[in-house]
Amino acid sequence: MSEVREMIRVDKLNKSFGDLHVLKDIDMTVNESDVVVLVGASGSGKSTLLRCLNFLEIKNSGTITIESENVEKETHNLNKIREKVGMVFQHFNLFPHKTVLGNVTEAPIQVKGISRQQAVKEGKELLDKVGLGDKYNVYPSTLSGGQKQRVAIARALAMKPDVMLFDEPTSALDPELVGEVLATMKELALEGMTMVVVTHEMGFAREVGDWVVYMHDGKIVETGIPSDLFDHPQEERTKAFLSSIL
Amino acid sequence: MLLSSLLEFYDIFVGSFDLFLEGLWITFKLSIASLLIAFVIGLFIAILKISNIKILQWIADLYIWIVRGTPLVVQIFILFYGLTDIFLIPMFWAGVAGLAFHSGAYIAEIIRGTIQSIDKGQREAGRSLGMTSGMTMRRIILPQAFRRAVPSLGNQFIIGIKDSSLVSFIGMQDLFGVASSMGSNTFNYLPYFITVAIYYLFIVLILTLIVNKIEKKLARSD
Repeated sequence: MSEVREMIRVDKLNKSFGDLHVLKDIDMTVNESDVVVLVGASGSGKSTLLRCLNFLEIKNSGTITIESENVEKETHNLNKIREKVGMVFQHFNLFPHKTVLGNVTEAPIQVKGISRQQAVKEGKELLDKVGLGDKYNVYPSTLSGGQKQRVAIARALAMKPDVMLFDEPTSALDPELVGEVLATMKELALEGMTMVVVTHEMGFAREVGDWVVYMHDGKIVETGIPSDLFDHPQEERTKAFLSSIL
Repeated sequence: MLLSSLLEFYDIFVGSFDLFLEGLWITFKLSIASLLIAFVIGLFIAILKISNIKILQWIADLYIWIVRGTPLVVQIFILFYGLTDIFLIPMFWAGVAGLAFHSGAYIAEIIRGTIQSIDKGQREAGRSLGMTSGMTMRRIILPQAFRRAVPSLGNQFIIGIKDSSLVSFIGMQDLFGVASSMGSNTFNYLPYFITVAIYYLFIVLILTLIVNKIEKKLARSD
């Protein structure tokens, strides 16, 4: 068996917003092809943790290692790191002045400098893959929430990231549109994409997650494989959280 | 009585057409040049204002404070005497400089406001794709901000065209300058000022129609 490759490693990570201590001594490891699902109540720090991983938030202390490189704001080009770490947002954040295809090809052309022709070819393939092959030239405002989120996933994938971060990708969707986005994510997981997902969809966590991390009040309370964490939680806090949502 | 006044006005309106056409051409050149330069100044100052660098913000604030704190006619005179006496710049360009200096501050505030009205998720999406901060501004934020700024910019351009009449005080023969000289040459002021008012109304009407058309076109792609 080949050795597991470590994609993300977090040691003693701390993050504060003013007086508010949001992340407290977080340790976490994400290996290649792992799907790690972060769960916890609102305000537990899971979204902040995710945003620290692609440096949309800058940590106060601790280390973040991406693909064996200890990344510091002072010594690294964060734009280069962000190319490797794709992000999908709760509110999609599609570019409203660009077509669906324009959204997907923008960064490969501008950041990676690949030819328009190549970017369009790859962009169309990605849109076909997420089931939007008939929407290349429409503007995002004409799409449903589920379609928007799938475009956002294709847009992030267009940079060929090594890791994908999902920040509550289905929380802003109407209930009937959640399934199509989760299905796209599941497909991605089956292809071996390394993923860190913040979600309230416990069914997804159980079915697709390799690891589930329960956070409370800025700390990681418990980490385990889904069947252990959901069926035999060890910590009182985890039990209380699970009984409150199930 | 009324009829004879109307006939007299008609004669003056038609008879002064060639002269006013020359004034119109100057007003046109002056407005286009000054508003284009003002737009560049405005964009530059807006970016200084939203930068996180204190000294740059301070420079932008100082500029806006000076422009808003002094009458346009004073700015025109200072720039006219300053530029034409010290730098020997032609009168036309001194007028352009005065008007651009003035409108630039208002355009800066319009652009700054619309940049800041763009959802911060847009910036985050750009950055998360590996785009630099400048690239995100240029490719993602500014195109959206300009669309949102169209109605206010159109309004500011209308104000700019009307304000250009103040260059007649430094001796330029723009539309208003022509009306002024004709009035004092003939001691028959009113018909010439009514004539010039009609020209301005007509220009502003055309510009309003253009802005409305652009707004409609932009609304379609949303």
